[in-house]
Amino acid sequence: MSMHENKDTIGVLPPNKEKIKRIWRVAGILLFLTLVEFVFAFTMGRGWLLYSIFVVLTLIKASYIMLEFMHLKYEQKGLFWSIYLPLIFLVWLIVALLKEGSEIFLMRW
Amino acid sequence: MSSTAIEVKTKRGIWGGGKEPLKASYGKLMMWFFLLSDIFTFTAFLVTYGAIRFSYPAYSGESADFVSSNEYWPIPEMIFDAFPFIHGIHLPLVFVALMTFILIMSSVTMVLAVEAGERRDRNDVVKWLLWTILGGITFLSCQAWEWTHFIHGTEDGTSLTYINSLNQLVTETVYGANMYVNQYGPASFAQLFFFITGFHGFHVTIGVALLFMAFYEAAVGVYERRGHYEMVEKIGLYWHFVDLVWVFVFTFFYLI
Repeated sequence: MSMHENKDTIGVLPPNKEKIKRIWRVAGILLFLTLVEFVFAFTMGRGWLLYSIFVVLTLIKASYIMLEFMHLKYEQKGLFWSIYLPLIFLVWLIVALLKEGSEIFLMRW
Repeated sequence: MSSTAIEVKTKRGIWGGGKEPLKASYGKLMMWFFLLSDIFTFTAFLVTYGAIRFSYPAYSGESADFVSSNEYWPIPEMIFDAFPFIHGIHLPLVFVALMTFILIMSSVTMVLAVEAGERRDRNDVVKWLLWTILGGITFLSCQAWEWTHFIHGTEDGTSLTYINSLNQLVTETVYGANMYVNQYGPASFAQLFFFITGFHGFHVTIGVALLFMAFYEAAVGVYERRGHYEMVEKIGLYWHFVDLVWVFVFTFFYLI
């Protein structure tokens, strides 16, 4: 976000056409990917291939929302990494708990 | 909240010490760190879902022949197949896809409100905030219907053998869902549904309240007098986060 100097007279700036166009393009991508997920859910057999496609598409959607809508791409690198790097810890949480779940499964059944 | 005329003339975002860490205002930076902590909370919820799901047997037959039982984990698309006002027709995931569409669109109108705020266009900010509020309320209404349908269940129900709240082993036809038993699958399936979508819905509710506040303050000119629309930006960050979480809930709860 570029910081605006506040002028003494507060004027309304004209719409930023390019920016608005980009917003709608990202919106189109998000809706399209959701539609693709929806179609795949019924045309493909359930299995690891389908689940991997879902996870990849979800991560693409999430990055579009975070980088464009939440503007993270245009922030300072320091802010970007201080949000992004802690998410690495989540990878371990996911691996550990899914392993835990399958171990409980083996104990139970 | 109140700001004096002197503050209006200073550069927005300078903190008490005269510096602007990470080129972000205090409020925006703190909103980001709050959202980071919220990401951890929601990840914990979804990973718990994954862990518990993995600890149950998966349904092994064809999707089309799926029958609910508390012996194995259900296939979500066979559970969430109802649509308001259309009775008895199998429409898997159509309603959830519609809810996703509504929430993404409200995220888009939010971004447009933020864009309008950057150029201090009060009319556009008010217009787009109103659309966003409308999207949020529609989403919440959809979720209310979804919950009602989930709790009341289908007409036929499912015959289950389970331990009821009085600690007795019973076999009976179960309709709908509560925290003890549900007709769709193991008890933890409904518990996780209530916790995950409920916690998300709680966030949406708070978001709508914040949007109302921003809408009111923008409309009466509070932000215009303040000289900037940073509050819209901060609430925007929160609102996009709510959308972000739903993208994950949609995939991991409904699709997989």
